[in-house]
Amino acid sequence: MYQKDGQKYFIVDGHVHLWDGRATNHKNVHGKQFIDCFYDYHKNLSPEEALWDYDTYTYYGGDRLMKDLFVDGYVDHAIFQATLLSDFYVTGFGQTEEAFDLARRHPAKLTYNHAYDPRYGEAGLAQLRRDADRMNLQGVKLYTAEWHGESRGYKLDEPWSRRYLEECIKLGIKNIHVHKGPTIRPLDRDAFDVADVDKVATDYLELNFVVEHVGLPRLEDFCWIATQESNVYGGLAVAIPFIHTRPRYFAQIIGELLYWIGEDKILFSSDYALWTPKWLIEKFVDFQIPEDMLGEYAPITVEQKRKILGLNAAALYDIDVPAELQLDEPAGQGGVDVAAGAKESVSL
Amino acid sequence: MTAAVLSAEAEVLDALATVTDPELDEPITELGFVRSVLLDDVGITVHLRLPTAFCSPNFAYLMASDALDALRELDHIGEVRVLLDDHHDSEKINTGLAADAGYLGTFGDEAEESLAALRDVFWRKAHTAAMERAIGSLMRQTPMDVDLIRRLTLRDLPEGKPKVALLRRRFAIGLSNCPNSRVLVDDDGKSIPIEGVPLRLRFAKSVRMSMEGNAHFCRGLLATRYADDSVGAEPIVTNTRTLRRMQ
Repeated sequence: MYQKDGQKYFIVDGHVHLWDGRATNHKNVHGKQFIDCFYDYHKNLSPEEALWDYDTYTYYGGDRLMKDLFVDGYVDHAIFQATLLSDFYVTGFGQTEEAFDLARRHPAKLTYNHAYDPRYGEAGLAQLRRDADRMNLQGVKLYTAEWHGESRGYKLDEPWSRRYLEECIKLGIKNIHVHKGPTIRPLDRDAFDVADVDKVATDYLELNFVVEHVGLPRLEDFCWIATQESNVYGGLAVAIPFIHTRPRYFAQIIGELLYWIGEDKILFSSDYALWTPKWLIEKFVDFQIPEDMLGEYAPITVEQKRKILGLNAAALYDIDVPAELQLDEPAGQGGVDVAAGAKESVSL
Repeated sequence: MTAAVLSAEAEVLDALATVTDPELDEPITELGFVRSVLLDDVGITVHLRLPTAFCSPNFAYLMASDALDALRELDHIGEVRVLLDDHHDSEKINTGLAADAGYLGTFGDEAEESLAALRDVFWRKAHTAAMERAIGSLMRQTPMDVDLIRRLTLRDLPEGKPKVALLRRRFAIGLSNCPNSRVLVDDDGKSIPIEGVPLRLRFAKSVRMSMEGNAHFCRGLLATRYADDSVGAEPIVTNTRTLRRMQ
């Protein structure tokens, strides 16, 4: 819980990791390239006081995670998003068993979302059933750009992917987090294209699709499909740290999101340990659209911030929110008019 | 001799400046993607670099092969070599470029067709953003209502950068640059019905904002990635030519 200026905020961090990017875990040079790329993101967008040294960044462990999120970081509940990257790392990048074990020991604080890869066919489906049972899965995180043998990625609307999504419905897995990334095969297409999310969101209304990183670098395409679909949400991981280095750009991102997809569809996420939640939450609560941009975007209200910082994700994951931290009107409503802003005539 | 050498270098940089990042619609020379240029008696060697090792390989390939094409256009250039540094697909792309293998030859069964359709998607995005910039800059001088914006033609736009940029992008996607052409159009060049004008403009603004934001981010990441290098945003140009090749 975070408190400021007499307002209280229930915090759900929708995207955290417990990874091992140390050299001992690299399978090949891509393991090093991947963690180095993450570290550059961290260095590029963090405030100086929140910078980590490289060695700590490659592996920090469960105790450090608990402290950064729940002691220092105001977070009430956090959701692990698996990033396996088995072609790059010996035991995978995200540490499944370590994270799952932490979540089992702190069920009120942590939810573990696992991953699957439809390119494993029938064997993968059987594994998904076992994982859902053992881990009591409510959500999965799909990294569609993950390498697998000769393949550099897949699309959500491919036949095998559809079979896995249908299996999720049967197993009660309702939240499908999607991370778009580069190098999707075939390379003739735009790797960040979110059109496949659009197709499956239309076909599987029982599922919620959370597009991580709000579709960046294709924010406009994400906003467009989210406008058409009532079950598409946007996770703020990677977008929210711009609040520090480029607050005017962040104002545009959040302004566009509120305009196109609305306050009930946006989820706070730190992407820990890419960034730590403490400073992100403090800055977001203090944040306001700059005065000279108020013609373009409406000011952000406290109520909107409360939904984005936790109440929307709490609704998606049935997380109990203390009565004093709830809003009069429930947050995270799938049925609300998602294109409210977009349907109004634009003032010129 | 000095004048000739300088002009050779300038010519090379001008040629490289015609190559744009398809996603960001900005020249690779301004984005800091050209790491070094070496002119010698054999020819020219250009090293490119990108903000991350995982930048999309298709765009990386497009920029590298566009650079190769642009340099080969120059007279008396000699042998042209373009190399992409520090990318997860560097080896594959550099081998393909050196062998003139083309896109399909470079990526083998990871590729299906050509990159033409992909390039077209981003040309259309670039056009949408340029259209919004041109209308936006005119609106700051002259307030217009929806109907006026809808009926705006190319001749109504003041001369200047936004107009030049718009004409260039219209040409790229095959739209007419006749002065009587409508400015506000859809991706196929058709004019917009009056009730669709606000939404088209609003979406165009999102496209523009997204492209500009990505460019900021890429610049930032590139600077972080190469902070320890002695290489700045400007390419290091070395000329060891002793022969009067390119004048």
